[in-house]
Amino acid sequence: MIEVRGVSKRFGRVHAVSDVSLDIRAGEFFALLGASGSGKTTLLRMIAGFEAVSEGQIVIDGQRMEDVPPHLRPINMVFQNYAIFPHLNVRDNIAYGLRRLNIPKARQHAMVDEMLQLIALPGYGDRRATQLSGGQMQRVALARALILKPKVLLLDEPLGALDKQLREAMQVELRLLQRELGITFVLVTHDQEEALTLSDRVAVMANGRVVQVDTPAGLYDNPKSRLVAGFVGNMNFFDALLHSTGMVADIQGLGTVPLNGQAKGLAPGARVTAALRPEALVLHRDQPANPAAVPGTLRTRQYLGGRQMLLVQIDSRAAPVAVLQANARGSEATELAEGTPVWLTYPADALVILEGSGGNA
Amino acid sequence: MAAMSDTNGAAKGLVVYALVFAAFLYLPVLLIPLFSLNTGIYVKFPLEGLTLDWYRELSERAPLKAALVNSLQVGVGVALVATALAVPAAKAITRYRLPGIRYVASFMMLPFLVPSLIFGVALLGLVNRLDITLSLTTVAIGQVVICLPYAISTLLPRFEAFDRSLEEASADLGENAWWTFWRVTVPTIGPGILASLLMSFTISFDEFYMAFFLSGTDATLPIYIWTQLRFPQDFPSLLALATLILLFSFAMVLISLRISGLGAVLGKRGPA
Repeated sequence: MIEVRGVSKRFGRVHAVSDVSLDIRAGEFFALLGASGSGKTTLLRMIAGFEAVSEGQIVIDGQRMEDVPPHLRPINMVFQNYAIFPHLNVRDNIAYGLRRLNIPKARQHAMVDEMLQLIALPGYGDRRATQLSGGQMQRVALARALILKPKVLLLDEPLGALDKQLREAMQVELRLLQRELGITFVLVTHDQEEALTLSDRVAVMANGRVVQVDTPAGLYDNPKSRLVAGFVGNMNFFDALLHSTGMVADIQGLGTVPLNGQAKGLAPGARVTAALRPEALVLHRDQPANPAAVPGTLRTRQYLGGRQMLLVQIDSRAAPVAVLQANARGSEATELAEGTPVWLTYPADALVILEGSGGNA
Repeated sequence: MAAMSDTNGAAKGLVVYALVFAAFLYLPVLLIPLFSLNTGIYVKFPLEGLTLDWYRELSERAPLKAALVNSLQVGVGVALVATALAVPAAKAITRYRLPGIRYVASFMMLPFLVPSLIFGVALLGLVNRLDITLSLTTVAIGQVVICLPYAISTLLPRFEAFDRSLEEASADLGENAWWTFWRVTVPTIGPGILASLLMSFTISFDEFYMAFFLSGTDATLPIYIWTQLRFPQDFPSLLALATLILLFSFAMVLISLRISGLGAVLGKRGPA
């Protein structure tokens, strides 16, 4: 549906986007995830046509876009601040794009009513745009774009201005709406949780480049770089040295550990980073039979409701290791006092080996 | 308590100052309507009696009517042209990061600083050089130059407050630049445009120097008044006329300030 081929964008000497290639499929919910300044918004604005492409090309639905101005592109956008027209009421805002389609007035009216129904704001047509709450404006912005039946809907941080509860409710609605309409959604967000819960696929961006494109589960379980591993969810990092066979690694704090193909493609003998998700680690009060068990001391705990995050200090690693445990009634971890000696184990295949090294994070 | 009475004293002092200030500013102006009602032809106290004859007499003067029509025509033309030029200028100043835009903006504001007398003489020289016949059109051209900085500074705050994503949203919804301008930009900055029209019209209506140097055989209202000043017996009628113009100008400026919410640029040019 949208092909981005080697696209770069320079503002003067600043490279906002560098050589990005993406293939966004029809009917997909696709997220561009990155911190501010990662180039995600610039990329979205290039797709919308508000920024010219410095290099490369963007193809939407088989059509090259370099000479197509924004108002002729088969896409619509929900702006970060919603950009609701303040001088028009809700009905006229939603009907704005219908003018040039030569649709009879009565039909337009019916279409807007349908949209008001869809966004659960029936009877709001005569409200002034300035009387709406943030969540309502967000819905009107959605309706205004969707009434034109675009092939692609671009969403620029659409939920960023909403409070947490409303944001979570809108996430569910967005996802259902996208499934119902079958329109390709491209979402820009800095919120990794939002990207993971909403999207079919996520492109993680940093410094103007796409670092990894994958499904949410793929990103979480198989991050290809420290950056992605650290950005998506929590992660414990360990400095490690790959043995010349590539089958074993010396991991700081964990000892010499056999690998199961995780180091494929990495140079034998290289300094690498080992990574473990907090929930992959299991905490024991007594030394388990497993010879790979790591001794440590429980430093402190963070209560998270159904779960708790335990910080365990182990030898030869400055930062404590984060361990996520379910707060099941009677489980060992719930009763442990801070300062108690404990043991940590993890399944061998939970270990992720990443290129490059660089301190504990 | 002492501190409190001190601040009270300071507040009272400020009130007195404001009253004196207002009196100094407006008393001479208020004398005009007062003497326009005087039966005698000399501006001096005591008043000889009250009359509306001078106002009645005004309506019988054909050249005055012609001048009024001329002034209205020029005023409307100047307001439209100055505002039409000011809208893209204000938009460019606020919207685009053009090289040297600050210097261009300062240049456009230059008529604020250059005395109208100098401008008038300069434009007259230019018009003569170009062999253009003096007419109401040349007056209007000169006055557009005078009005432009006022029009731009009336519109600037509107454009600065204007959210650029509104225009992008319009383009995104399928409207080209032309329709976006009429459906989004104009309604959003509409009050600013109206204020600019009123402001330009008022300035043109009162303007003397351009009208003096650049008019041909047709006089505008200020020129007519100036030519009539030679005849003492006409003076009370002029006071009556000045009163009417004063009321009209006040109303226009008040309306345009109310609309634009801007009190920063209030200046009078030339004798009215």
